[in-house]
Amino acid sequence: MSDRPFDLVVIGGGPAGLAAASQARQLGLSVALVDEQPAPGGQIYRAVERAEAEGRATALGEDYRHGLGLVRAFHECGATLFASHQAWQVEPGGRVFATDGKASRLIEGRRVLVAVGAIERPVPIRGWTLPGVMSVGAAQILHKTIGLVPDAGVWIAGSGPLTLHFAAEIVAAGGRIAGILDTAHGRLPETALRHLGGVVRGWRYVARGLGYLARLRMADVRRVSGVENVEALGEGRVERVRWRSGGQWQEAPASGLLLHEGVVPNTHMTMAIGCAHDWDEAQKCFRPRTDRFGMTDVEAILVAGDCGSIGGARVAECRGRLAALGAAASLGVISAAERDRLAGPVEAEVSAHGALRGFLDDLYAPAAELCVPPDDVMVCRCEGITAGRIREAASLGCRGPNQVKSFTRCGMGPCQGRMCGPTVTATLAAALGMTPQEVGAFRIRPPLKPLRLGELAALADAEAGE
Amino acid sequence: MFRKPPEAPDAVLVEVEGRPVRVPPGASAAAAALIAGLASTRTSPVTGEPRAPYCMMGVCFECLLVIDDEPSQQGCMVTVRPGMRIRRQEGAREL
Amino acid sequence: MIREADAIVVGGGLHGCSAALQLALRGLRVVVLERRHVGRHASGINAGGVRTLGRDLAEVPLSVLGMAYWHRLSELVGDDGGFTPCGQVKVAETHDELAGLEKRALAVRSLGMEHERVIDGDELRRRVPAIASHCVGAMVVDGDGAADPYRATSAFAARARSAGAQILEGEGVVGLERQPGGWLVVGERGRYRAPVVVNAAGAWAGRMASLAGDEFPLKTRASMMLVTERMPPFVEPVVGSVGRALSFKQSSAGTVIIGGGQQGRADLDREQAWVNVANLARSARAAAALFPVIRQARIVRSWCGIEAETPDRIPIIDHSPRAPGIVHVFGFSGHGFQLGPVCGVAVADLVTRGSTTLPIAPFSARRFAAAAKAA
Repeated sequence: MSDRPFDLVVIGGGPAGLAAASQARQLGLSVALVDEQPAPGGQIYRAVERAEAEGRATALGEDYRHGLGLVRAFHECGATLFASHQAWQVEPGGRVFATDGKASRLIEGRRVLVAVGAIERPVPIRGWTLPGVMSVGAAQILHKTIGLVPDAGVWIAGSGPLTLHFAAEIVAAGGRIAGILDTAHGRLPETALRHLGGVVRGWRYVARGLGYLARLRMADVRRVSGVENVEALGEGRVERVRWRSGGQWQEAPASGLLLHEGVVPNTHMTMAIGCAHDWDEAQKCFRPRTDRFGMTDVEAILVAGDCGSIGGARVAECRGRLAALGAAASLGVISAAERDRLAGPVEAEVSAHGALRGFLDDLYAPAAELCVPPDDVMVCRCEGITAGRIREAASLGCRGPNQVKSFTRCGMGPCQGRMCGPTVTATLAAALGMTPQEVGAFRIRPPLKPLRLGELAALADAEAGE
Repeated sequence: MFRKPPEAPDAVLVEVEGRPVRVPPGASAAAAALIAGLASTRTSPVTGEPRAPYCMMGVCFECLLVIDDEPSQQGCMVTVRPGMRIRRQEGAREL
Repeated sequence: MIREADAIVVGGGLHGCSAALQLALRGLRVVVLERRHVGRHASGINAGGVRTLGRDLAEVPLSVLGMAYWHRLSELVGDDGGFTPCGQVKVAETHDELAGLEKRALAVRSLGMEHERVIDGDELRRRVPAIASHCVGAMVVDGDGAADPYRATSAFAARARSAGAQILEGEGVVGLERQPGGWLVVGERGRYRAPVVVNAAGAWAGRMASLAGDEFPLKTRASMMLVTERMPPFVEPVVGSVGRALSFKQSSAGTVIIGGGQQGRADLDREQAWVNVANLARSARAAAALFPVIRQARIVRSWCGIEAETPDRIPIIDHSPRAPGIVHVFGFSGHGFQLGPVCGVAVADLVTRGSTTLPIAPFSARRFAAAAKAA
């Protein structure tokens, strides 16, 4: 069955999507929100209502509890929520096909806002496919959703605000962190000086970071800085972690290893739609090309939040509101002048919350070896393709990721290139002496997530629309 | 690698590899497999190596599980229900 | 600077690379101009079926001759292109359909060819145990099979290069000028001159023909394919259907590739194609009807291969009717992959000898002259 067309279909129930839905409703648009999680909040405010009901939200911090207001406002705004729905095809004209895991439906939008957030940057190191090696974000989701905390012997390796935030959160919740292997190679004082203006304006965020560090010192969590070449070792599971710092190799027993090297926009959907993307050298990732309201080069498609550009939760919320204004204006619901008037204060907020971004990008830029790993490191986890195979394909004449894919099956597995895409682009670019923009990215093909064949077959002709 | 969560009064009873396991409500099937202490949750159909959940947010597809007899389900995207049967996925999915 | 050659091939697909190889083997200096990269469109991303079975009767003689090249692909290009002679099966779901196959087999036999054979339901189930129980029989060709399209196309390109052909990737053609004794081809990056230009530009061949002054009433096909996750081996031959648009095959990796000609939408200017969900659902439905066992299999990817289609759905393999020195080889209408190796020989014959003994008479460029004038 097909639903009535909505003025705006929002995909993703994180801060950008929630704020956009509420704002669009305020402007009088009919709105549907499609979210793959059972409850709104996105990854940053994951399960915030459950955590609040179970009395855990406060312990997860005021930043986390901020999401509660967004979720509550959303519930009251009158948008139609399709929870636990995975959008598997978004057409440039605004049709969205989504499944609840059993059956698919068509949700039509005059405008579609892609607000699918960020994904953690893949961290291709030796041994990263071993069981027991997870991302920091994964462990945080386990904590937010069901209060699971790491036990003895779990190491964190990586850089970025989330590593400190998460470690502090776990220590506060009574969990254990064996140690933090800090791979940041930006030097704090110099970087801070370079971005002095931003650091001053973003002092609240800086203070928070310093607070995490203090808490970790108090809890006696070991912190090793200047770490390179982290490796996970073990038979069938991670048993030891090895790294180099100060020119020395070191090793420690490990029951688990949590990796994190920052987040990148989740561009899977906008790439599949065919929106134009540009390489962002500062954040080392592709991002969709948009105007200040998140409008892409495809008329019906808008983008907001971290899937457009990494800015964090509060910036995402603002971008969601801006996109709602953009959608309303492009549908003729409000005038361009009204849009600009309403956008003014929101853009000021973006600038305030985003003050620290340049500093963070610089300080936590991923090490070259993570973007372009050595030959023996697995890049495509699904199909078991190493960096060496990618270089070999390049030496045999492959000039882009799609040729490498045809040649090696790299990116053809169930994750559809999500885990290897950035590394393939970077590795090829380095091998060919080209820029990532020139090399390009995998072409993303529908379905956006693997879909049961029977479910596609069951789509009535009328539903698929012709 | 994770501490056993304190047993909630509203814990959900599921079956992981044939063994009964009580997990917090709202847990995903992948989380249930981790709580059950499975060393790995699948083997790669390409290399045969053991694999386990990596991202827990639907991106990596390492947590593919056989849930209630249906293979290739993203364990991190499926919320547990009472009586759910969760099994490892060995190599390529069954027919 | 103008680069001089004996023949210029426009299009680095299977047909272009195959023609380039045959021309290079005959000692010609060949330049291939490929706008993107070898095998970028239909040649590299089709369903990989290598089929004589069920072809248009006009194509049968050439297709049957062409099969020999696939069976000896390693000798020709140094790689088997992933070809496996796993057989092709065209399934009948009703007795009427089966009777139609019997009639067809007779028609083919009357041409003096014995490759197609009709089998009953029991034999079908022995060959394809996973087939739906209602199917009553099939037509089979045992020597047919499937190949890896990208690998096969790449192998032809590599062999053509080693035989001396220059394949220039990232070089699109923007202009064509007739000059004394030949043609000047204007590329995005360079200029090339040769007495002969082979138009193997696939979906864009109509535009290339226009540059030479030939107008053909062509459409663009955007045949969709979808592929599943890896499955345990459960079907050996490539399976098609009498009553449904379907081709169904399991790759050596275990993935199942489902094609059959359901159409998406193509944009020649943007060099892009989009799947049509309604038609894709029809493909899935056809596959599930014949193989109920894959209803739960997960589709990982779908895509379109774009190609030119002629009004009678058989190709044009001929000299240009108007422009001396232009040889057309295009319009395979969604089933040109199997013909790639043999067509290279036919084209090389046309270029070097002016004619060929291969059975390409039905593929004359003149058959559309009236239609083109009317249009």
